[in-house]
Amino acid sequence: MHPAISVIFFTVSSGAGFGFLAMLGLGVPMPNGPLAAFIASAIAVGLAVVGLLSSTFHLGHPERAWRAFTQWRSSWLSREGVCAVVTLGLYGVYGLNWIFSDERIAWLGYLVSFGSILTVFTTAMIYAQLRTVPAWNSWMTPVCYLLFSITCGVMLVAAFGEWNRVASHSTLSIILGLLVVAWAMKIIWWRNADLSTLQARGSDTGTATGLGGIGNVKLLERPHTGENYLTREMVHKVGRKHANKLRMIALGFGAVVPILICLLQILFEMSVAFLSLAFLSLLFGLFVERWLFFAEAKHAVSLYYD
Amino acid sequence: MTTLPNSTDKKLGLVIDLDVCVGCHACVVNCKEWNTGGYGAPLADEDAYGSAPSGAWLNRIHTFEITPEDAPASIVHFPKSCLHCEDAPCVTVCPTGASYKRTDDGIVLVDEDKCIGCGLCAWACPYGAREMDPVENVMKKCTLCVDRIYNENIPEVDRVPACVRTCPAEARHFGDFSDPNSDVSRMVADRGGFDLMPEQNTKPVNKYLPPRPKSHPSDPSPSISKSDAINAKGFLGWVDRALEKL
Ligand code: SF4
Ligand code: SF4
Ligand code: SF4
Repeated sequence: MHPAISVIFFTVSSGAGFGFLAMLGLGVPMPNGPLAAFIASAIAVGLAVVGLLSSTFHLGHPERAWRAFTQWRSSWLSREGVCAVVTLGLYGVYGLNWIFSDERIAWLGYLVSFGSILTVFTTAMIYAQLRTVPAWNSWMTPVCYLLFSITCGVMLVAAFGEWNRVASHSTLSIILGLLVVAWAMKIIWWRNADLSTLQARGSDTGTATGLGGIGNVKLLERPHTGENYLTREMVHKVGRKHANKLRMIALGFGAVVPILICLLQILFEMSVAFLSLAFLSLLFGLFVERWLFFAEAKHAVSLYYD
Repeated sequence: MTTLPNSTDKKLGLVIDLDVCVGCHACVVNCKEWNTGGYGAPLADEDAYGSAPSGAWLNRIHTFEITPEDAPASIVHFPKSCLHCEDAPCVTVCPTGASYKRTDDGIVLVDEDKCIGCGLCAWACPYGAREMDPVENVMKKCTLCVDRIYNENIPEVDRVPACVRTCPAEARHFGDFSDPNSDVSRMVADRGGFDLMPEQNTKPVNKYLPPRPKSHPSDPSPSISKSDAINAKGFLGWVDRALEKL
């Protein structure tokens, strides 16, 4: 599949933003005062909104995007839009109240957390629902998206909550645990994706043409000499060439560097500010991971084109 | 509404006969010609006369080579347009309600005024039957020529899809699959019509007819001598021998 930058940015950035919102909604300890409340809210909402805005750049008609809120009964993409907007609206009330009264309304916060998790889940389901892309079509896809979103959220909340202080060992161990679990799940996802080929799902050029019973079917001529929307969008090949190297890069920045930073903090009682570095490294690792998520995925229509 | 109807009154669709398609692309061209001036926005091309032309088409012909274990390879031309699936995944993923399946005849259509051009429906279709228009940025797909089949302003003989009307080999047939006695239903029953990628659970309405079995003559065809030796008799033989002696 074509790895569109806007969609990669959307899934990573809004995943982190909604993860942060989920933690803020749970009422985890944060510094007092309106400024801290404002900055935390701005970063969480900013990440979520920037991601959502970037996804609208992917649209042919962004001015009609409001129509995407109408079909939540059947469409995961529509559900995603509805969940995101409702959650951000709820956080608007929660965050403003927090900034101006320095108090957080617990029940509203829980709703925000629930909405954030639901939003990330619906994002993942846009991909996981597609039978046409066997690598995505698995329960593991939403699990990975959720784990990464929560890991980002916990890291951000720790970097803010213990601002100017030394990160506590318990916080650091939670982050370490999440990093290990999330990337372990991703490695299992990769393994599963490698095994979930179109062929493993029973599709090949023989079933695509229905002629497999007669003999071995092979494409002789494409319909056109040039490219078309389908070949550009779905018969994309660059990702598979360097997949293994890129997986290592994703693991290096997404897992190894943040884990080392956390371990150093446990050993040397360093300032919590270093957690921001760990977060940035994780973010970069996730961009690579998400690029691969698209670039490596093989779509059923490729059976008609190669 | 992008939920699918539980059932449709009719199941209009096409039968495509892979035995007779000659791969001339006439249906492709007539489909483009009709649909660029009919339903919705024109079907655009980019760089049409340049070095990398690309555009939206609703029907495309692929060509496959099939090699049986015990016979020489054969060529099959393979026309492909939307199959108007009963369980159309392209419809249920659409966030806007632009994609829908009609309850009365089962045709799957895009309401271009509602389409936001997200492209998700094209991802959901296993058959590559949907293409984004490069100029209007809305999703294009086969309309089963809804603006012909019910059109009382054109002669009755033309009230079939453009691709069906134009095919010089009569490889494409249009009809109602919900009626077991329709021509298309009978063709499918007689010739063993099949679905494409049934494992995708889309329940396509369009059916394909397989190439008829090739005959395998037991006598190998008279072999053509590979050497240059000529064994001519009579006058030609005399010429041959005379020239040889020169
Ligand atoms: S062929 Fe593709 S576009 Fe047409 S109805 Fe089936 S899934 Fe939808
Ligand atoms: S591209 Fe248009 S028709 Fe297709 S899913 Fe998006 S809004 Fe619906
Ligand atoms: S039915 Fe009409 S729109 Fe569909 S492939 Fe044939 S000519 Fe094109």
